[in-house]
Amino acid sequence: MNDAQSGQELYFKRAPVVPRSIRGPFRNFKTAVLLLGFAVYFLLPWLPWDRPGAPSQAVMFDIPGRRYLIFDLTVYPQDIFWLSLLLFIAAVLLFFITAMAGRAFCGYFCFQTLWTDAFLWIEHLIQGERPARLKLLRQPWSDRGKLLKVGLTRLLWLLLAFWTAMTFVLYFGHAPTLLLEFFTGQAPAAAYIAALALTASTFLAAGVLREHVCVFICPYGRFQSAMYDPETLTVHYDRARGERENGRIVPRAGMRGLAERQQAGHGDCTDCGLCVQVCPVGIDIRDGLQYKCISCGLCVDACNTIMDKMGYPRGLVRYDSEVNLARAVPLKPRVDWKRLKVIGYGVALVLMTAYLIYDIVHRQSFEHSIQQVRQPLYVVLSDGSIRNRYQIRLTNISGNEEVYSVSARGLPPGALDLGNFQEVRVKNGKSVIIQASVKLEPGTAARTGNFEFVISNRRGETVTDTARFFTRHVQ
Amino acid sequence: MADNVQHKGAQTTGHVWDDTLQEFNNPLPVWWTYAFYLTIVFALVYWVVYPSWPVGKGYLPGFGRVSYVNAQGQTESWHWNTRAKLLKETQEAAVLQKPYYDKIASLPYDRLAKDPELSSFILSAGKPLFADNCAACHQSGGAGKIGFYPNLTDDEWIYGGSFEKITETITKGRHSYMPAFGEALEPDQIAALASYVLSLSGNKADPAKVALGNELFHTHAGACFYCHGDRAEGRQDLGSANLTDKIWRWADVTGAADDAARLAAVEKIIAGGISRAVMPAWEGRLKPEQIKLLALYVHELGGGK
Repeated sequence: MNDAQSGQELYFKRAPVVPRSIRGPFRNFKTAVLLLGFAVYFLLPWLPWDRPGAPSQAVMFDIPGRRYLIFDLTVYPQDIFWLSLLLFIAAVLLFFITAMAGRAFCGYFCFQTLWTDAFLWIEHLIQGERPARLKLLRQPWSDRGKLLKVGLTRLLWLLLAFWTAMTFVLYFGHAPTLLLEFFTGQAPAAAYIAALALTASTFLAAGVLREHVCVFICPYGRFQSAMYDPETLTVHYDRARGERENGRIVPRAGMRGLAERQQAGHGDCTDCGLCVQVCPVGIDIRDGLQYKCISCGLCVDACNTIMDKMGYPRGLVRYDSEVNLARAVPLKPRVDWKRLKVIGYGVALVLMTAYLIYDIVHRQSFEHSIQQVRQPLYVVLSDGSIRNRYQIRLTNISGNEEVYSVSARGLPPGALDLGNFQEVRVKNGKSVIIQASVKLEPGTAARTGNFEFVISNRRGETVTDTARFFTRHVQ
Repeated sequence: MADNVQHKGAQTTGHVWDDTLQEFNNPLPVWWTYAFYLTIVFALVYWVVYPSWPVGKGYLPGFGRVSYVNAQGQTESWHWNTRAKLLKETQEAAVLQKPYYDKIASLPYDRLAKDPELSSFILSAGKPLFADNCAACHQSGGAGKIGFYPNLTDDEWIYGGSFEKITETITKGRHSYMPAFGEALEPDQIAALASYVLSLSGNKADPAKVALGNELFHTHAGACFYCHGDRAEGRQDLGSANLTDKIWRWADVTGAADDAARLAAVEKIIAGGISRAVMPAWEGRLKPEQIKLLALYVHELGGGK
């Protein structure tokens, strides 16, 4: 039996969502975040930054140089721990905000939301407000006007998508040089592949898929339910006030004043549908909390506009919690943070952030590794004494040329031989390998297990690292 | 279900088995067919763009070129092929190594060994060079094998441990031998010599045999002093072993289980001699600067002299 026979469709063809634009505080906030986010993202690669011996670009992910240059901080591959900590912090911050104020990230900060907003702004600019766009949608493709308008919209989308991708690529090189190389065909293949892939995915995600990304692709939209509490603030429709006993009703003659409506048992909702029209994911907030809602607050702006026009009190659709709405007379909505979960997230957030900052500030100005030469593990010398060898690798990340000295603790005097490198001068960002050999009398060798290498620089920074001495076991 | 055997509209091949079993002749799905045609078009384009068919004594070379500047500063160019791509990558690496090799070729040994950057390069570049050319005998860490290949990590240098001597050894190779005394001397004389040799490096031995061995060693009866020297410390110009130190090159004294086994190990060398002490010459196989780098690397392995 197939779909046609059973009379059921496995896939509902979606009606395109054509959101109406709206004014209000939430819209203003979203616009502010959008402008700030775009300004930072698109301009940051062009911000110059003076640093000695490295490209003068404020933020640059220098992959061939194995380093990230972020303002005055240089991140090396061995600092990968910071990245994982940063991701942990970001995740907990997300949980923290979600437990208090729902999907604030989805509604205001997610790049899917930002770029969809920007694409919608272009669409609105070329094709006009919602009715005009709906009309255009119904027209056949043979219509020249439609072809021109839709074509121009898509072209602008493509330009924005391309510049988004291009900007991403520019973070990975010296921006002016890379841009020039890109357009003269000199840039590395990775730059072209990344630019192409990101242009395509930006165009698709923000232009074509839009709310489908949130509904079907993004996992966060689905696990939000596990993070919501009855106390969580999110966008709600005040059903009790909007419907009363006899439901919502259009404000026709005799049903315009609040008193008249209350007397007839009708709610404050005028069923104007504006909250549905402005919704970027195409839902009706009056159906209650639903997984498609990204908490962008545009329906709040829409409803308040109508309430003002009708002279009704604002807040029929508002940020509120389930607990508060269940009350006979709801209190003023407030952020409820006095919950174990929220406090726990908060404490974890503070601890992790503090540790990350501490770790970055207190980073050693050099990296070291000591490896025992294991082939052979020990050597018998002509006078019968035993020699072990160690390779000490020092990497200077201090930002300046530096002199390091190596010594040993727990060995008899004269046992450690560093050849020509008791002191070694290392340029910034460079590594040096020092061969250390330790020579002990057979008797001393048998008694010596672990000892310590002491590496220090002229600033007084010192690290010690344990090493092991191996010898032959004489029966 | 038996009612459903009549599929109207579908072509059959006309074959029918067991009354109702028919072979349908359905067309391939359209997407599949076009994907197939597309692969044919792709193949045609590929044949033109990339090297493909043999033609006469040659082949279609394709359009792509692989060009690069090699370490000597010459531009090389090939039709596109994976070997040329490998050459390009290796030459790009060689170009990056060139400034280091230039310094190695021009600077004196001790200045190279004292420069931290060059010294680190010598350790890094020496490792694969040693692994490719030397490790087959001397083992990857240079520890060699007693009875076969000398240990390069100890402080005993058979032919000298200076930079110049190591370079000479690698460049020209070495060849030395020790005659077999099995027929010239009696077994008890050989045992006496072996006891004496063991006693030189502090091993336990019968004093009477040591005294006899001492005499044989230093007279024309045994004539050992001729190569190993009066003090049995060996001669680096001949490559004869220093018998007074604790390092054993041929007789596995350190690995022997007891005194009898130690004695037997040394006796075997005296009686049988040594004929396989050959190190090949690397001149012509490696460039002079590579040999110089290896000499520095090997010098560092043993702590040098």
